[in-house]
Amino acid sequence: MELPCQRCQKARATVHLTDCTGGEPRERHLCEDCAEQEGLTLQQNAGITSILEKFVQHSKKVEEIARLTCPKCGISFAEFRNSGQLGCPHDYTAFEKLLLPLLERAHDGRTEHVGRQPGVAGPARSRRTTLTQLRLDMDRAVEAEEYELAAKLRDQIKALSNVED
Amino acid sequence: MSKIDDLTKQTGEWLRGEGPMSEVVISSRIRLARNLKAYPFLSRADESQHRRIYRELSDSIANSPLGDDIFFADFETLSELDRQVLVERHLVSRQHAEGEGTRGVAVSPNERRALMVNEEDHLRIQVLRSGLQLDALWDEIREIDTGIEKQLEYAYHERYGYLTACPTNVGTGLRVSVMLHLPALKLVKEIDRVFRAAQDMKLAVRGIYGEGTEAVGDFYQVSNQITLGRTEEEIIEEFGKTIIPKMVEYELKVRDAMAKERTYQLDDKVWRAYGTMNNARAMSSDEALFLLSHLRMGVAMGRFKDLDVHTINRLLLQTQPAHLQKIHHETLTGEQRSITRAEFVRARLREYQARNN
Repeated sequence: MELPCQRCQKARATVHLTDCTGGEPRERHLCEDCAEQEGLTLQQNAGITSILEKFVQHSKKVEEIARLTCPKCGISFAEFRNSGQLGCPHDYTAFEKLLLPLLERAHDGRTEHVGRQPGVAGPARSRRTTLTQLRLDMDRAVEAEEYELAAKLRDQIKALSNVED
Repeated sequence: MSKIDDLTKQTGEWLRGEGPMSEVVISSRIRLARNLKAYPFLSRADESQHRRIYRELSDSIANSPLGDDIFFADFETLSELDRQVLVERHLVSRQHAEGEGTRGVAVSPNERRALMVNEEDHLRIQVLRSGLQLDALWDEIREIDTGIEKQLEYAYHERYGYLTACPTNVGTGLRVSVMLHLPALKLVKEIDRVFRAAQDMKLAVRGIYGEGTEAVGDFYQVSNQITLGRTEEEIIEEFGKTIIPKMVEYELKVRDAMAKERTYQLDDKVWRAYGTMNNARAMSSDEALFLLSHLRMGVAMGRFKDLDVHTINRLLLQTQPAHLQKIHHETLTGEQRSITRAEFVRARLREYQARNN
Protein backbone atom coordinates (compact mmCIF):
# COMPACT_ATOMS: atom_id res chain seq x y z
CA MET A 1 0.00 0.00 0.00
CA GLU A 2 1.44 3.35 -1.03
CA LEU A 3 0.39 6.46 0.85
CA PRO A 4 1.31 10.06 -0.06
CA CYS A 5 2.91 12.17 2.67
CA GLN A 6 0.21 13.80 4.79
CA ARG A 7 2.27 16.98 5.16
CA CYS A 8 3.55 17.83 1.65
CA GLN A 9 1.12 15.56 -0.19
CA LYS A 10 3.83 14.89 -2.82
CA ALA A 11 6.43 12.34 -1.84
CA ARG A 12 5.67 8.79 -0.75
CA ALA A 13 5.13 8.39 3.00
CA THR A 14 7.83 6.19 4.46
CA VAL A 15 7.60 7.21 8.10
CA HIS A 16 4.52 5.85 9.83
CA LEU A 17 3.71 6.58 13.43
CA THR A 18 0.96 7.02 15.92
CA ASP A 19 1.07 10.41 17.61
CA CYS A 20 -0.24 10.29 21.12
CA THR A 21 0.70 13.80 22.17
CA GLY A 22 -2.84 15.17 21.64
CA GLY A 23 -5.88 13.71 23.38
CA GLU A 24 -6.77 11.12 20.73
CA PRO A 25 -4.05 8.97 19.14
CA ARG A 26 -3.44 10.16 15.61
CA GLU A 27 -2.05 8.09 12.72
CA ARG A 28 0.65 9.97 10.82
CA HIS A 29 2.20 9.07 7.49
CA LEU A 30 5.06 11.32 6.34
CA CYS A 31 7.81 11.40 3.77
CA GLU A 32 11.37 11.37 5.04
CA ASP A 33 11.97 15.11 4.48
CA CYS A 34 8.83 16.21 6.30
CA ALA A 35 9.53 13.81 9.12
CA GLU A 36 13.00 15.22 9.48
CA GLN A 37 11.63 18.76 9.50
CA GLU A 38 9.31 17.77 12.30
CA GLY A 39 12.29 16.38 14.13
CA LEU A 40 11.03 12.81 14.05
CA THR A 41 13.52 10.80 12.01
CA LEU A 42 16.53 12.29 13.68
CA GLN A 43 15.35 11.18 17.05
CA GLN A 44 14.58 7.75 15.71
CA ASN A 45 18.00 7.42 14.16
CA ALA A 46 19.59 8.45 17.39
CA GLY A 47 17.56 5.73 19.10
CA ILE A 48 18.66 3.10 16.67
CA THR A 49 22.28 4.11 16.93
CA SER A 50 22.30 3.87 20.67
CA ILE A 51 20.52 0.53 20.54
CA LEU A 52 23.11 -0.71 18.07
CA GLU A 53 25.90 0.53 20.26
CA LYS A 54 24.46 -1.25 23.21
CA PHE A 55 24.04 -4.37 21.11
CA VAL A 56 27.67 -4.28 20.02
CA GLN A 57 28.78 -3.77 23.61
CA HIS A 58 26.59 -6.64 24.68
CA SER A 59 27.99 -8.99 22.03
CA LYS A 60 31.50 -8.04 23.09
CA LYS A 61 30.54 -8.95 26.65
CA VAL A 62 29.04 -12.26 25.50
CA GLU A 63 32.24 -13.01 23.60
CA GLU A 64 34.35 -12.18 26.61
CA ILE A 65 32.23 -14.45 28.77
CA ALA A 66 32.44 -17.26 26.26
CA ARG A 67 36.23 -16.93 26.13
CA LEU A 68 36.66 -17.07 29.89
CA THR A 69 38.60 -20.24 30.70
CA CYS A 70 39.42 -22.16 33.84
CA PRO A 71 43.14 -21.90 34.62
CA LYS A 72 43.17 -25.44 36.05
CA CYS A 73 41.47 -27.58 33.40
CA GLY A 74 41.41 -25.17 30.45
CA ILE A 75 37.70 -25.53 29.66
CA SER A 76 36.03 -22.34 28.36
CA PHE A 77 32.65 -21.20 29.56
CA ALA A 78 31.35 -21.61 25.99
CA GLU A 79 32.41 -25.27 25.98
CA PHE A 80 30.57 -25.80 29.25
CA ARG A 81 27.45 -24.12 27.83
CA ASN A 82 27.53 -26.47 24.86
CA SER A 83 28.01 -29.73 26.74
CA GLY A 84 26.43 -28.97 30.12
CA GLN A 85 29.44 -30.62 31.75
CA LEU A 86 32.01 -28.71 33.78
CA GLY A 87 35.70 -29.55 33.41
CA CYS A 88 36.95 -29.72 36.99
CA PRO A 89 36.00 -28.82 40.57
CA HIS A 90 37.83 -25.48 40.24
CA ASP A 91 35.30 -24.31 37.59
CA TYR A 92 32.89 -23.49 40.40
CA THR A 93 35.37 -20.80 41.47
CA ALA A 94 36.63 -19.77 38.02
CA PHE A 95 33.11 -19.31 36.59
CA GLU A 96 31.45 -18.40 39.87
CA LYS A 97 29.74 -15.20 38.68
CA LEU A 98 28.43 -16.87 35.52
CA LEU A 99 27.29 -20.01 37.29
CA LEU A 100 25.33 -18.22 40.00
CA PRO A 101 22.30 -17.32 37.84
CA LEU A 102 22.34 -20.87 36.49
CA LEU A 103 22.36 -22.34 40.00
CA GLU A 104 19.53 -20.04 41.01
CA ARG A 105 17.41 -21.23 38.13
CA ALA A 106 18.16 -24.90 38.71
CA HIS A 107 17.70 -24.84 42.47
CA ASP A 108 14.76 -22.51 42.93
CA GLY A 109 16.77 -19.46 43.94
CA ARG A 110 19.08 -21.24 46.36
CA THR A 111 22.85 -20.91 46.02
CA GLU A 112 24.12 -22.10 49.38
CA HIS A 113 24.78 -25.68 50.45
CA VAL A 114 23.25 -26.47 53.83
CA GLY A 115 23.56 -30.25 53.89
CA ARG A 116 26.14 -32.82 54.85
CA GLN A 117 29.82 -32.00 54.66
CA PRO A 118 32.91 -34.23 54.61
CA GLY A 119 34.17 -35.35 57.98
CA VAL A 120 31.04 -34.30 59.82
CA ALA A 121 28.33 -36.75 60.76
CA GLY A 122 24.75 -35.53 60.86
CA PRO A 123 23.41 -32.21 59.55
CA ALA A 124 26.40 -30.12 58.77
CA ARG A 125 26.64 -26.39 58.78
CA SER A 126 24.96 -24.59 61.63
CA ARG A 127 21.93 -22.55 60.76
CA ARG A 128 23.62 -19.46 62.13
CA THR A 129 26.48 -19.57 59.60
CA THR A 130 23.95 -20.00 56.83
CA LEU A 131 21.89 -17.09 58.07
CA THR A 132 24.92 -14.82 58.14
CA GLN A 133 25.82 -15.81 54.60
CA LEU A 134 22.24 -15.38 53.40
CA ARG A 135 22.03 -11.90 54.92
CA LEU A 136 25.28 -10.92 53.21
CA ASP A 137 23.94 -12.26 49.92
CA MET A 138 20.73 -10.33 50.34
CA ASP A 139 22.60 -7.07 50.95
CA ARG A 140 24.68 -7.72 47.88
CA ALA A 141 21.56 -8.44 45.80
CA VAL A 142 19.94 -5.19 46.93
CA GLU A 143 23.08 -3.25 46.05
CA ALA A 144 23.09 -4.81 42.60
CA GLU A 145 19.37 -3.95 42.30
CA GLU A 146 18.50 -7.64 41.85
CA TYR A 147 15.29 -7.33 43.78
CA GLU A 148 13.77 -10.63 42.74
CA LEU A 149 16.76 -12.49 44.12
CA ALA A 150 16.77 -10.28 47.21
CA ALA A 151 13.14 -11.17 47.88
CA LYS A 152 13.87 -14.88 47.54
CA LEU A 153 16.78 -14.57 49.96
CA ARG A 154 14.60 -12.65 52.38
CA ASP A 155 12.10 -15.52 52.35
CA GLN A 156 14.85 -18.05 53.00
CA ILE A 157 16.14 -15.98 55.91
CA LYS A 158 12.64 -15.77 57.32
CA ALA A 159 12.11 -19.53 57.02
CA LEU A 160 15.44 -20.30 58.68
CA SER A 161 14.97 -17.76 61.48
CA ASN A 162 11.64 -19.33 62.34
CA VAL A 163 13.20 -22.75 62.66
CA GLU A 164 15.86 -21.39 64.93
CA ASP A 165 13.44 -19.82 67.39
CA MET B 1 28.84 -69.03 35.50
CA SER B 2 29.30 -65.31 36.07
CA LYS B 3 27.86 -63.20 38.86
CA ILE B 4 25.59 -61.53 36.32
CA ASP B 5 24.14 -64.93 35.35
CA ASP B 6 23.38 -65.52 39.03
CA LEU B 7 21.45 -62.26 39.15
CA THR B 8 19.14 -63.20 36.28
CA LYS B 9 17.80 -66.10 38.38
CA GLN B 10 16.52 -63.84 41.14
CA THR B 11 13.92 -61.07 41.04
CA GLY B 12 16.08 -58.24 42.34
CA GLU B 13 15.42 -55.95 45.22
CA TRP B 14 13.21 -53.44 43.46
CA LEU B 15 10.72 -56.09 42.38
CA ARG B 16 10.36 -57.93 45.68
CA GLY B 17 6.89 -56.40 45.91
CA GLU B 18 7.19 -55.76 49.65
CA GLY B 19 7.53 -52.80 51.96
CA PRO B 20 5.30 -49.87 52.90
CA MET B 21 2.71 -48.79 50.31
CA SER B 22 3.86 -51.56 47.96
CA GLU B 23 0.44 -51.73 46.29
CA VAL B 24 1.48 -48.50 44.52
CA VAL B 25 5.15 -47.90 45.35
CA ILE B 26 7.35 -50.38 43.48
CA SER B 27 10.68 -49.20 44.86
CA SER B 28 12.65 -46.37 46.43
CA ARG B 29 16.16 -45.32 45.54
CA ILE B 30 18.64 -42.76 46.84
CA ARG B 31 21.83 -41.82 45.06
CA LEU B 32 24.73 -39.56 45.97
CA ALA B 33 26.99 -37.99 43.33
CA ARG B 34 30.63 -37.62 44.41
CA ASN B 35 33.87 -36.61 42.71
CA LEU B 36 37.51 -36.83 43.70
CA LYS B 37 39.18 -33.54 44.44
CA ALA B 38 42.46 -34.43 42.76
CA TYR B 39 41.07 -35.08 39.27
CA PRO B 40 39.19 -33.19 36.58
CA PHE B 41 35.58 -34.21 35.93
CA LEU B 42 35.29 -37.09 33.48
CA SER B 43 34.59 -35.16 30.26
CA ARG B 44 37.92 -33.39 30.79
CA ALA B 45 39.93 -36.36 32.09
CA ASP B 46 42.15 -38.40 29.77
CA GLU B 47 42.14 -42.20 29.63
CA SER B 48 44.98 -42.63 32.13
CA GLN B 49 43.13 -40.40 34.60
CA HIS B 50 39.96 -42.43 34.02
CA ARG B 51 41.94 -45.54 34.93
CA ARG B 52 43.43 -43.93 38.06
CA ILE B 53 40.04 -42.67 39.25
CA TYR B 54 38.60 -46.14 38.68
CA ARG B 55 41.39 -47.81 40.64
CA GLU B 56 41.27 -45.35 43.54
CA LEU B 57 37.53 -45.67 43.91
CA SER B 58 37.44 -49.47 43.51
CA ASP B 59 40.14 -49.78 46.19
CA SER B 60 38.31 -47.44 48.54
CA ILE B 61 35.03 -49.29 48.04
CA ALA B 62 36.74 -52.64 48.61
CA ASN B 63 38.44 -51.32 51.78
CA SER B 64 35.27 -49.80 53.18
CA PRO B 65 32.91 -51.77 55.46
CA LEU B 66 30.92 -52.40 52.29
CA GLY B 67 33.77 -54.37 50.71
CA ASP B 68 33.01 -57.87 52.01
CA ASP B 69 29.58 -57.95 50.48
CA ILE B 70 30.09 -56.62 46.99
CA PHE B 71 31.31 -57.71 43.55
CA PHE B 72 32.82 -55.55 40.82
CA ALA B 73 31.74 -55.59 37.21
CA ASP B 74 34.35 -53.95 34.99
CA PHE B 75 32.52 -52.72 31.89
CA GLU B 76 35.48 -53.08 29.59
CA THR B 77 35.44 -56.84 30.04
CA LEU B 78 31.68 -57.22 30.41
CA SER B 79 29.60 -58.14 27.35
CA GLU B 80 27.03 -55.72 26.00
CA LEU B 81 24.28 -58.18 26.95
CA ASP B 82 25.48 -58.36 30.57
CA ARG B 83 25.62 -54.56 30.79
CA GLN B 84 22.06 -54.47 29.44
CA VAL B 85 20.99 -56.96 32.13
CA LEU B 86 22.31 -54.50 34.74
CA VAL B 87 20.26 -51.69 33.15
CA GLU B 88 17.09 -53.79 33.17
CA ARG B 89 17.70 -54.55 36.86
CA HIS B 90 18.06 -50.83 37.58
CA LEU B 91 21.59 -51.25 38.90
CA VAL B 92 23.21 -48.94 36.34
CA SER B 93 21.94 -46.21 34.05
CA ARG B 94 21.58 -46.70 30.32
CA GLN B 95 24.17 -43.95 29.85
CA HIS B 96 26.65 -45.91 31.95
CA ALA B 97 26.06 -49.17 30.09
CA GLU B 98 26.49 -47.54 26.70
CA GLY B 99 29.37 -45.22 27.63
CA GLU B 100 33.05 -45.58 26.80
CA GLY B 101 36.33 -45.83 28.67
CA THR B 102 37.31 -47.38 32.00
CA ARG B 103 34.18 -47.69 34.07
CA GLY B 104 32.15 -50.17 36.03
CA VAL B 105 29.87 -50.90 38.93
CA ALA B 106 30.13 -52.47 42.37
CA VAL B 107 26.99 -54.44 43.24
CA SER B 108 25.92 -56.20 46.41
CA PRO B 109 24.55 -59.70 45.70
CA ASN B 110 21.16 -58.78 47.17
CA GLU B 111 21.09 -55.87 44.68
CA ARG B 112 20.34 -53.25 47.29
CA ARG B 113 23.57 -51.39 46.63
CA ALA B 114 25.12 -50.38 43.34
CA LEU B 115 28.04 -47.99 43.08
CA MET B 116 28.71 -46.70 39.57
CA VAL B 117 32.28 -45.61 38.94
CA ASN B 118 33.00 -43.17 36.10
CA GLU B 119 29.44 -42.54 35.00
CA GLU B 120 28.74 -38.78 34.72
CA ASP B 121 30.49 -38.20 38.04
CA HIS B 122 33.45 -40.17 39.39
CA LEU B 123 31.21 -41.98 41.85
CA ARG B 124 27.51 -42.46 42.14
CA ILE B 125 26.44 -44.40 45.21
CA GLN B 126 22.96 -45.91 44.94
CA VAL B 127 20.85 -47.82 47.42
CA LEU B 128 17.53 -49.45 46.59
CA ARG B 129 14.65 -51.05 48.43
CA SER B 130 11.20 -52.18 47.47
CA GLY B 131 8.27 -50.15 48.75
CA LEU B 132 8.59 -46.70 50.32
CA GLN B 133 11.61 -46.90 52.65
CA LEU B 134 13.46 -43.61 52.33
CA ASP B 135 14.55 -43.15 55.95
CA ALA B 136 16.19 -46.56 56.07
CA LEU B 137 17.86 -45.89 52.73
CA TRP B 138 19.22 -42.57 53.95
CA ASP B 139 20.80 -44.19 57.02
CA GLU B 140 22.31 -46.85 54.80
CA ILE B 141 23.76 -44.57 52.13
CA ARG B 142 25.15 -42.11 54.67
CA GLU B 143 27.11 -44.92 56.22
CA ILE B 144 28.45 -46.09 52.87
CA ASP B 145 29.42 -42.53 51.95
CA THR B 146 31.26 -42.04 55.24
CA GLY B 147 33.11 -45.35 54.82
CA ILE B 148 34.46 -44.30 51.43
CA GLU B 149 35.07 -40.69 52.33
CA LYS B 150 37.46 -41.68 55.11
CA GLN B 151 39.89 -42.99 52.51
CA LEU B 152 39.98 -40.19 49.94
CA GLU B 153 39.19 -36.54 49.44
CA TYR B 154 35.95 -35.59 47.72
CA ALA B 155 35.61 -32.35 45.74
CA TYR B 156 33.80 -30.10 48.18
CA HIS B 157 33.25 -26.33 48.26
CA GLU B 158 32.48 -24.36 51.39
CA ARG B 159 29.56 -22.60 49.73
CA TYR B 160 28.38 -25.01 47.00
CA GLY B 161 28.81 -28.31 48.80
CA TYR B 162 29.72 -31.51 46.94
CA LEU B 163 30.87 -30.48 43.47
CA THR B 164 29.46 -32.34 40.49
CA ALA B 165 30.15 -32.35 36.75
CA CYS B 166 26.73 -30.88 36.09
CA PRO B 167 25.66 -27.91 38.25
CA THR B 168 22.15 -29.35 38.48
CA ASN B 169 23.46 -31.97 40.97
CA VAL B 170 25.70 -29.75 43.08
CA GLY B 171 25.26 -29.31 46.83
CA THR B 172 23.99 -32.53 48.35
CA GLY B 173 24.48 -34.51 45.14
CA LEU B 174 21.33 -36.26 46.32
CA ARG B 175 18.65 -37.73 44.13
CA VAL B 176 15.65 -39.45 45.61
CA SER B 177 13.66 -41.53 43.11
CA VAL B 178 10.51 -43.43 43.81
CA MET B 179 8.97 -45.76 41.26
CA LEU B 180 5.21 -45.72 41.26
CA HIS B 181 2.59 -47.86 39.56
CA LEU B 182 -0.31 -45.55 38.66
CA PRO B 183 -2.63 -47.49 36.35
CA ALA B 184 -5.89 -46.08 37.76
CA LEU B 185 -4.82 -42.45 37.40
CA LYS B 186 -3.82 -43.26 33.84
CA LEU B 187 -7.14 -44.95 33.05
CA VAL B 188 -9.24 -42.01 34.24
CA LYS B 189 -6.83 -39.56 32.54
CA GLU B 190 -5.85 -37.81 35.77
CA ILE B 191 -2.17 -38.58 35.27
CA ASP B 192 -1.38 -35.31 33.48
CA ARG B 193 -2.68 -33.39 36.42
CA VAL B 194 -0.36 -35.29 38.70
CA PHE B 195 2.55 -34.51 36.37
CA ARG B 196 1.75 -30.81 36.31
CA ALA B 197 1.57 -30.71 40.08
CA ALA B 198 4.91 -32.54 40.22
CA GLN B 199 6.47 -30.03 37.86
CA ASP B 200 5.23 -27.15 39.98
CA MET B 201 7.03 -28.76 42.89
CA LYS B 202 10.24 -28.99 40.84
CA LEU B 203 10.08 -32.75 40.56
CA ALA B 204 11.00 -34.78 37.51
CA VAL B 205 8.72 -37.57 36.28
CA ARG B 206 10.34 -40.17 34.05
CA GLY B 207 9.63 -43.57 32.54
CA ILE B 208 10.56 -46.93 33.99
CA TYR B 209 14.22 -46.83 32.90
CA GLY B 210 14.95 -43.29 34.04
CA GLU B 211 16.29 -40.36 32.12
CA GLY B 212 15.09 -40.13 28.54
CA THR B 213 12.74 -43.11 28.66
CA GLU B 214 9.02 -43.25 28.02
CA ALA B 215 6.55 -44.29 30.62
CA VAL B 216 5.45 -47.78 29.58
CA GLY B 217 2.93 -49.83 31.48
CA ASP B 218 1.96 -47.02 33.86
CA PHE B 219 5.27 -47.19 35.77
CA TYR B 220 6.70 -43.80 36.64
CA GLN B 221 9.80 -42.58 38.43
CA VAL B 222 9.39 -39.41 40.47
CA SER B 223 12.55 -37.63 41.60
CA ASN B 224 13.78 -34.35 43.08
CA GLN B 225 15.64 -31.81 40.95
CA ILE B 226 16.71 -29.33 43.61
CA THR B 227 19.94 -30.46 45.25
CA LEU B 228 21.30 -27.18 46.60
CA GLY B 229 20.13 -25.08 49.53
CA ARG B 230 18.18 -27.82 51.28
CA THR B 231 19.44 -30.49 53.64
CA GLU B 232 19.29 -34.14 52.67
CA GLU B 233 16.84 -34.73 55.51
CA GLU B 234 14.51 -31.98 54.26
CA ILE B 235 14.45 -33.39 50.73
CA ILE B 236 13.87 -36.94 51.97
CA GLU B 237 11.24 -35.97 54.50
CA GLU B 238 9.24 -34.01 51.94
CA PHE B 239 9.31 -37.01 49.62
CA GLY B 240 8.53 -39.66 52.18
CA LYS B 241 5.98 -37.78 54.27
CA THR B 242 4.22 -35.55 51.74
CA ILE B 243 4.79 -36.00 48.02
CA ILE B 244 4.67 -39.78 47.66
CA PRO B 245 1.91 -40.44 50.24
CA LYS B 246 -0.26 -37.87 48.45
CA MET B 247 0.24 -39.49 45.07
CA VAL B 248 -0.40 -42.93 46.56
CA GLU B 249 -3.56 -41.70 48.24
CA TYR B 250 -4.81 -40.23 44.97
CA GLU B 251 -4.17 -43.47 43.05
CA LEU B 252 -5.88 -45.55 45.74
CA LYS B 253 -8.89 -43.23 45.82
CA VAL B 254 -9.36 -43.60 42.09
CA ARG B 255 -8.89 -47.39 42.36
CA ASP B 256 -11.63 -47.50 45.01
CA ALA B 257 -13.97 -45.37 42.93
CA MET B 258 -13.35 -47.55 39.89
CA ALA B 259 -14.02 -50.74 41.84
CA LYS B 260 -17.38 -49.31 42.90
CA GLU B 261 -18.54 -47.46 39.81
CA ARG B 262 -16.78 -49.01 36.86
CA THR B 263 -16.40 -52.60 37.98
CA TYR B 264 -16.98 -54.24 34.59
CA GLN B 265 -14.56 -51.87 32.86
CA LEU B 266 -11.86 -52.61 35.38
CA ASP B 267 -12.34 -56.38 35.32
CA ASP B 268 -12.47 -56.30 31.54
CA LYS B 269 -9.01 -54.66 31.41
CA VAL B 270 -7.52 -57.21 33.79
CA TRP B 271 -9.07 -60.29 32.19
CA ARG B 272 -8.23 -59.13 28.68
CA ALA B 273 -4.61 -58.73 29.78
CA TYR B 274 -4.70 -62.25 31.22
CA GLY B 275 -6.34 -63.61 28.07
CA THR B 276 -3.69 -62.07 25.86
CA MET B 277 -0.84 -63.31 28.03
CA ASN B 278 -2.26 -66.83 27.96
CA ASN B 279 -2.74 -66.90 24.21
CA ALA B 280 -0.42 -64.50 22.39
CA ARG B 281 2.06 -66.05 19.96
CA ALA B 282 4.24 -62.92 19.70
CA MET B 283 4.74 -60.12 22.21
CA SER B 284 6.96 -57.04 22.33
CA SER B 285 8.57 -56.04 25.63
CA ASP B 286 6.43 -52.89 25.73
CA GLU B 287 3.27 -54.96 25.30
CA ALA B 288 4.41 -57.26 28.08
CA LEU B 289 4.88 -54.27 30.41
CA PHE B 290 1.48 -52.92 29.43
CA LEU B 291 -0.33 -56.21 30.08
CA LEU B 292 1.58 -56.95 33.28
CA SER B 293 0.67 -53.48 34.53
CA HIS B 294 -3.05 -54.26 34.19
CA LEU B 295 -2.62 -57.63 35.87
CA ARG B 296 -0.66 -56.06 38.71
CA MET B 297 -3.50 -53.59 39.25
CA GLY B 298 -6.04 -56.44 39.37
CA VAL B 299 -3.96 -58.39 41.87
CA ALA B 300 -3.14 -55.34 44.03
CA MET B 301 -6.85 -54.49 44.19
CA GLY B 302 -7.72 -58.03 45.22
CA ARG B 303 -9.93 -58.50 42.17
CA PHE B 304 -7.76 -61.05 40.43
CA LYS B 305 -6.65 -64.22 42.16
CA ASP B 306 -5.22 -66.32 39.32
CA LEU B 307 -1.73 -64.84 39.77
CA ASP B 308 0.37 -63.32 42.53
CA VAL B 309 2.48 -60.15 42.62
CA HIS B 310 5.70 -62.14 42.83
CA THR B 311 5.03 -63.94 39.55
CA ILE B 312 4.07 -60.68 37.88
CA ASN B 313 7.23 -58.97 39.12
CA ARG B 314 9.39 -61.82 37.90
CA LEU B 315 7.77 -61.58 34.49
CA LEU B 316 8.28 -57.80 34.44
CA LEU B 317 12.00 -58.41 34.61
CA GLN B 318 12.38 -61.62 32.66
CA THR B 319 10.43 -60.41 29.63
CA GLN B 320 12.91 -57.56 29.12
CA PRO B 321 15.12 -58.09 26.04
CA ALA B 322 18.48 -58.77 27.75
CA HIS B 323 17.00 -61.06 30.42
CA LEU B 324 15.07 -63.02 27.84
CA GLN B 325 18.24 -63.65 25.87
CA LYS B 326 20.22 -64.47 28.99
CA ILE B 327 17.65 -67.07 30.03
CA HIS B 328 17.75 -68.62 26.57
CA HIS B 329 21.54 -68.49 26.35
CA GLU B 330 21.50 -66.98 22.89
CA THR B 331 21.29 -63.73 21.01
CA LEU B 332 17.88 -63.29 19.43
CA THR B 333 16.62 -60.93 16.74
CA GLY B 334 13.68 -58.68 17.54
CA GLU B 335 11.22 -61.06 15.88
CA GLN B 336 12.65 -64.14 17.59
CA ARG B 337 12.44 -62.31 20.89
CA SER B 338 8.74 -61.56 20.38
CA ILE B 339 7.99 -65.22 19.74
CA THR B 340 10.23 -66.47 22.56
CA ARG B 341 8.72 -63.93 24.96
CA ALA B 342 5.15 -65.03 24.21
CA GLU B 343 6.16 -68.69 24.72
CA PHE B 344 7.99 -67.86 27.94
CA VAL B 345 5.01 -65.98 29.36
CA ARG B 346 2.56 -68.80 28.50
CA ALA B 347 4.88 -71.36 30.11
CA ARG B 348 5.16 -69.32 33.35
CA LEU B 349 1.39 -68.88 33.56
CA ARG B 350 0.83 -72.62 33.02
CA GLU B 351 3.35 -73.35 35.78
CA TYR B 352 1.51 -71.08 38.15
CA GLN B 353 -1.83 -72.67 37.31
CA ALA B 354 -0.39 -76.17 37.85
CA ARG B 355 1.07 -75.16 41.21
CA ASN B 356 -2.10 -73.54 42.47
CA ASN B 357 -4.84 -75.88 41.34
